[in-house]
Amino acid sequence: MYKPYKRPTGILVLGATSSIAMAFSRLLARPDTHFFLVARNPRKLNSVASDLLTRGAASVVVHAMDLDETPLHPAMLSEAAASLGNIDLALIAHGVLGIQEEAQAHYEAASAILTTNFLSPVSLVTWLANYFEGTRQGTLAVISSVAGDRGRKSNYLYGASKGGLNIFLNGVRNRIDRAGVQVLTIRPGFVATPMTAHLPQGPLFATPTAVAHGILRAMQTRRDIAYVPGFWAAIMFVIRAIPEAIFKNLDL
Amino acid sequence: MSASKLRQKKSAPAFESWGRYPRLPATLVPLYWMEEFPPADRPVASMLPVGMGRSYGDVCLLENGTLLHTTTLDRFIGFDPKTGLLRCEAGVTLAEILKFAVPLGWFLPVTPGTKFVTVGGAIANDIHGKNHHVAGTFGRHVPRFELVRSDGMRLECSPIQNSDWYAATIGGMGLTGLITWAEVQLRPIVSRKIVYHGTKFVGVDAFLELSQGAKNAEYSVAWIDCVAQGKNFARGIFMRGDHSPEPSILKPSRDPRLTLPVDLPSVLLNKYTVEAFNALYYRKQLGREKRALVDYEPFFYPLDSILHWNRLYGKDGLLQFQCVLPFEDGQQGILRILKAITSSGLASFLAVIKVFGDVPSPGMMSFPAPGITLALDFPVRRDVSFDLLERLAYITVEHHGKMYPAKDACMTALQFQSFYPQWREFAHYVDPAFSSSFWQRVSGVGAINLAAATSTAGLGNALV
Repeated sequence: MYKPYKRPTGILVLGATSSIAMAFSRLLARPDTHFFLVARNPRKLNSVASDLLTRGAASVVVHAMDLDETPLHPAMLSEAAASLGNIDLALIAHGVLGIQEEAQAHYEAASAILTTNFLSPVSLVTWLANYFEGTRQGTLAVISSVAGDRGRKSNYLYGASKGGLNIFLNGVRNRIDRAGVQVLTIRPGFVATPMTAHLPQGPLFATPTAVAHGILRAMQTRRDIAYVPGFWAAIMFVIRAIPEAIFKNLDL
Repeated sequence: MSASKLRQKKSAPAFESWGRYPRLPATLVPLYWMEEFPPADRPVASMLPVGMGRSYGDVCLLENGTLLHTTTLDRFIGFDPKTGLLRCEAGVTLAEILKFAVPLGWFLPVTPGTKFVTVGGAIANDIHGKNHHVAGTFGRHVPRFELVRSDGMRLECSPIQNSDWYAATIGGMGLTGLITWAEVQLRPIVSRKIVYHGTKFVGVDAFLELSQGAKNAEYSVAWIDCVAQGKNFARGIFMRGDHSPEPSILKPSRDPRLTLPVDLPSVLLNKYTVEAFNALYYRKQLGREKRALVDYEPFFYPLDSILHWNRLYGKDGLLQFQCVLPFEDGQQGILRILKAITSSGLASFLAVIKVFGDVPSPGMMSFPAPGITLALDFPVRRDVSFDLLERLAYITVEHHGKMYPAKDACMTALQFQSFYPQWREFAHYVDPAFSSSFWQRVSGVGAINLAAATSTAGLGNALV
């Protein structure tokens, strides 16, 4: 169902101290925007809150918690809804890259990646999808990754968590788009953030600010799935088109 | 592929400053949060904070060291719309401050010719602008900042609190520790517009006379033609400006769209093309006088509208030179410098001349001092450019002037130590884990007694 874009004023950011979330929140900080920020580290949360307030946000409420603790989600989300009055936009931005070697050696390490990148968003989206379906408006934006498009030996646990998330969001979209809710799957490529600070930075790396602008454009144009920056759509089209018989022997 | 090329490929990536000379290998580590410095898990032997890398030469480089990249420390902390006092992290750029503050009716207290510098870098180099004669340096408008040492000591610095660290860090070239946050006192404006007044002049005398007459103007600077000879020698355009007192809409500015995507072949920039450019620039202003109402962006940042304009010089890069000569016979010194340039056959593309005022800087190692300052740039051309820079440094020494570390790639230790005799005291404040290639070069012969050295060939050559 088509609904024109309306600038969100009640904004919930989960994983608010991530570089992409910070850059994105800044783009929305105006005298009529209210934020509810959730992340683990209270000092970092306060830094982000002062930044948004200085840049002109009307109000910022911070909530420090570990988003891996899924049983605590409903209480936190109810608090966010009460604090914001109305949630117009929820951005889910937390995630870990994990260490592939550990994850392929020990299930505990694999499970930790799946918990943070898949189970935790599933728990949040379950609550938020019901909320948005009830209010019949809003945008549910989730940061996934191009790594979810195909499994590769260098990061397939991370990839699997994001791939699962993609399919889960397909289904949620199929269910609540008709209620007028935008479900946006964001698939960034390489972004220069603490997650990738250990990698050599090549020309494919984007800044968090560029990615944030891409997310905002995708919201404004009511996209379902957005590769950011856009050239990743072409790259991943090619990557997905390689037959598995060939792909399995490639070093990508 | 030759053996030397193979070796280069294997080593750490090389970094360059805005001048693109020299290129030095280093490890770049971004700093995402103020609390994460110093790093707890891995002690770093030798490091240097670097922001936008817009200084020239090697003051922002550290060969085989760790560059702490601060542009990710870019959060605002607080702003008082009544007093204009802004507190922000040190990696916030002047461009971000303008984007934020101009629509609210506030402007930078001091700005250099580019807005793409960080607050930390502006403090570390104690930058100056077209309003030096009335406002002094950037450091004068920074009432407070935090300095974190590599041993974890956090010092809140102001003119009264840790005042010695305050003085050492302003103009301290990033060597005293990491500046994490700072307060900047902005100045109010009611319009984006600048009331501009340009006057053509010929000769350094005429320039000085115009500067004298423009003492009440908030901003003044002159472009000078270093190529023209004969009756046009030292011609230029004197530019003065004031913030317009007429209120108008303070809309934010847009990010630059033009970029110079490739290195131009350096042969494009030679004596003849610069001569042609200068002649054109001089004639662009038709009459002797020109008055206009202009936007602040082109007035302060004519080159910022083209990202990567340094590629104009080709991949060999450019050498900058900026000196200040005291008023006593400084005029003679400027003439000698201009003559040295014309006789070298090299041409400076962007030559800027200005009179510094006597507003003192709080910084111990600050560059500006009362007198005439001249800023020049030359393409890197094997021996020619280095020979010329050596000559210009000697002239600076002889006229009791000094050169600007932020724009230098060539100064010798003896020259630096004669320009900044307070360097020995400053050295006590240098963090033991911090260094720069510039600092290694200019403090390396610290043991040499300057008085004795003057009689040796080193400075004897200065008598050219």
